[in-house]
Amino acid sequence: MATTDIHAAQHVHSHDEHGHDEHHAGNFWTKYIFSEDHKVIAKQYLITGMLWALLGGILSVIFRLQLGFPDMDVSWLRPVLGGWITDDGKIDAEFYLALVTMHGTIMVFFVLTAGLSGTFSNFLIPLQIGARDMASGFMNMLSYWFFFASSVVMFSSLFLSTGPAAGGWTIYPPLSALPQAIQGSGLGMTLWLVAMALFIVSTLLGGINYITTVINLRTRGMSFSRLPLTIWAFFFTAIVGLLSFPVLFAAALLLIFDRSFGTSFYLSDIFIGGEALPNVGGSPILFQHLFWFLGHPEVYIVLLPALGITSEIIATNSRKPIFGYKAMVGSMLFIAILSFVVWAHHMFVTGMNPFLGSIFMLLTLIIAVPSAVKIFNYVTTLWQGNIRFTPAMLFSIGMVSFFLTGGITGIFLGNSAIDIQLHDTYFVVAHFHLVMGSASFFGMLAGIYHWFPKMFGRMMDRRLGYIHFWITFVGVYLVFFPMHYIGIAGFPRRYYSFTNFDAFSGFTDLNQLVSIAAIITLGAQFIFLFNFVYSIFRGKLAPANPWKSNTLEWTTPRFPQHGNWPGEIPAVYRWPYDYSKPGAKEDFIPQHIPYSETPESNLPHENELIKLETDQASGHAQGTPRPAH
Amino acid sequence: MITLIIGLGVLLLLGILYLIFRLTSLVGLAKDTSKDEDEAVTSANPINAALFLVFMVGGLGLFFWYSFTHFDSYNPPVASEHGAWTDTLFWITMGVTVVAFVIISIVMFIFTYKFQYRKDRKAKFYPDNHHLELAWTIIPAIVLAVLIFTGLRAWNRITSPASEQAEVIELIGQQFAWTVRYPGVTDGKLGKYDFRKIDGINEFGLDLSDKNAFDDFKALELHLPKGKEVLLMIRAKDVLHSVYLPHFRVKMDAVPGMPTQFKFIPTKTTEEMRKETGDPNFNYELACAEICGRGHFSMRLPVVVEEVADYEAWKAKQQPWLKQNPDYLSKVPVELRETAIIKAGIPAETVMDLPAAATTTMGSH
Repeated sequence: MATTDIHAAQHVHSHDEHGHDEHHAGNFWTKYIFSEDHKVIAKQYLITGMLWALLGGILSVIFRLQLGFPDMDVSWLRPVLGGWITDDGKIDAEFYLALVTMHGTIMVFFVLTAGLSGTFSNFLIPLQIGARDMASGFMNMLSYWFFFASSVVMFSSLFLSTGPAAGGWTIYPPLSALPQAIQGSGLGMTLWLVAMALFIVSTLLGGINYITTVINLRTRGMSFSRLPLTIWAFFFTAIVGLLSFPVLFAAALLLIFDRSFGTSFYLSDIFIGGEALPNVGGSPILFQHLFWFLGHPEVYIVLLPALGITSEIIATNSRKPIFGYKAMVGSMLFIAILSFVVWAHHMFVTGMNPFLGSIFMLLTLIIAVPSAVKIFNYVTTLWQGNIRFTPAMLFSIGMVSFFLTGGITGIFLGNSAIDIQLHDTYFVVAHFHLVMGSASFFGMLAGIYHWFPKMFGRMMDRRLGYIHFWITFVGVYLVFFPMHYIGIAGFPRRYYSFTNFDAFSGFTDLNQLVSIAAIITLGAQFIFLFNFVYSIFRGKLAPANPWKSNTLEWTTPRFPQHGNWPGEIPAVYRWPYDYSKPGAKEDFIPQHIPYSETPESNLPHENELIKLETDQASGHAQGTPRPAH
Repeated sequence: MITLIIGLGVLLLLGILYLIFRLTSLVGLAKDTSKDEDEAVTSANPINAALFLVFMVGGLGLFFWYSFTHFDSYNPPVASEHGAWTDTLFWITMGVTVVAFVIISIVMFIFTYKFQYRKDRKAKFYPDNHHLELAWTIIPAIVLAVLIFTGLRAWNRITSPASEQAEVIELIGQQFAWTVRYPGVTDGKLGKYDFRKIDGINEFGLDLSDKNAFDDFKALELHLPKGKEVLLMIRAKDVLHSVYLPHFRVKMDAVPGMPTQFKFIPTKTTEEMRKETGDPNFNYELACAEICGRGHFSMRLPVVVEEVADYEAWKAKQQPWLKQNPDYLSKVPVELRETAIIKAGIPAETVMDLPAAATTTMGSH
């Protein structure tokens, strides 16, 4: 253990010393806009992410109107959508594809990557490891502002007369490369690519910071084996992002070349618009390989933070240690590694060599094992707990349920033989919306409910939280569960209308149900938005440790200033999951309580650590329980 | 006017909701500031616990009810040999996963109910148990290994090379239609093509210097022989498309610049399927499964499966593309023109008009 806790003593000290006068006055601009305080940046990410989520949700409801009620006259949307509503009051078929594309792009990247990781990695890493701020506050600020610029570019593409990108969020060329194939591949696609390039820069700046901070700025005693699972999850997420996003950057760059400079990386043998294009020798499959080399790890970039957040919340509210801490870390590590070698399961029927298909099927199904371990460990954590259903806990349990329901259908899709029929049907839509979309979204909501008191110093309203949870939980199931049936029946995704095929003419009832459920679910999010905004200003003032949690962030003042702790950063003496320890006075022992203060509950090997603690407290041993010199 | 009234109504409703919210929170504040020492545990705790149980029972009930009563509506009939295998695999996987799903769901929601907060109880400090963890690592691993190997066997058989006798048919995707090219009855081989040779009439991009191209014919429907291996040669002209034959469990992308293929054996004729489904209007269909633009949802091609004899008879009746477009004889190299005329069965009087045009194209050779 000792080898993993290498701290630079001088570093810790220098931090402590200027910690006392850390909250430099600053004006409005440096405090709220161009702030280098990780907590402010986290809130910026959160609020931007919430605005994107709202927009992404509204887009989905618009295309659900078309799918659920294909005969409906939607002329009333004309004041907003203008020319995208056809003369007979229908959504334009090409705009439908644009809606689907932008919904996917927004939700995957802007909400569940930036909104989730950006918010909670920023907010929790320094607070939970005991650091004054990120390793580089300036880079952290840059990270947000690159994201903001990216958001502006992506948002502005919605207002183009040719519409935003419309080739699906996976932007497969040649469709995305040829403006003559679809309008959205004109300026809309250019802006999409520019926005994503900025987005990737933002993600990399953030990721480098998260990794550096976790490795270098842990407080005295905070060894890797004492990190809360949230931090482990953010740490793995950042590493996965750092390794995979550059590949998307390369893919996007080559696509920009193909689109604007006449290269043929992805284009070959194309006859379109009455002429044969000069491009020869490119491969559309190359793009798919590059895209999914990011795209699949991206699924885990989205999911791992949610797994970390819910692990923490479920342990806290079950009043039990998370079951199998090491197995939880191990399975996240295993998932993070495997996430790089499963990408081609998205490509079983693209004409890729079938032998590759069998290799990727093998690797894909292996990833189900660590995922199953996580679910079993969650369930065992609930067993014999003393469960408090805070809104955060409700969303965490909901997350586990989605992770299970959506994860299990991955066993079908990962099997290449079965995937032949299910590929690109609603079965896939159901699968990934549950396992990565809804699960991560619930992780994010759980995180907001749980850490709102630390973010804003006030409590959110519980009852509104309960109502929000139950409508959303049931609503999400009503939206995505019926899609399994529609998918088994073979309905392809990204279809504007099913009337052209006898084979896909059924299920108007289920499609209506899905659309109605989607509208209600979106409506319930306004309860949350109201609760969020109202509670920032009028919520009940938060107690110091409202959830009786063990982690370090609850040792900061109600409104922590830049620098987080007014005095010295507390040292850490134990792992974060000492809940309901036999013999203890309370049912939780925070990480900063030394074993010497809890002789009644110490386990035998913990008593031996007591003599090392005095060293640690005085700061001489650089925060590490280490044999005497 | 009506929108205004609706708008005002909504505003009023929101206002009332807000007032109710304010009132109840104020009442709550006055009532139990002292009593409510614990932020996290409230009187709603047992309600939430019970709701999870209700949700579990209701949800699983709906799931089983719908899955059994509507089985026929979501389970499309299968009409290919490998489709029967993959369907079997699908339902085996379904059996395994539903058992796991149901057990885990029940256990989880019962735990959430049973171990809800009680003031007099303390949670069990139970940080790990290596035997348990080992067990639920190994058991899923074994189950998955079995699924992987059955899946691999099916996948390898499906993707193995087609036999020499397979019926070769070419499918071409373009925005937003499919075209079908048959190799023709004389040589049974598809002629070469080149995307640069595509024009308004020569939509295949047929390379007429290849003598196998002379008897190739175009069809507006995909005809398939029952019980015979079919090898689909798939390509795309403009963007990605995907050949999707739902009843045959066939899906393969059409990629510009990279021909792909899929082999399968249809097992039921259209007539037999009409009897099986009890729908006299039943038709097989080919759809596009890869987003390709505005008309993606409308790329339908009718599919007909016939007994081999009927299929051969249908093929014999079709006219070669070259016969329908005799002007293109001028693109045939002079030394092959005789062969072309015979293979395509072009009547003599059509050929008479040609030489002038032919010599001009000859000059460029």
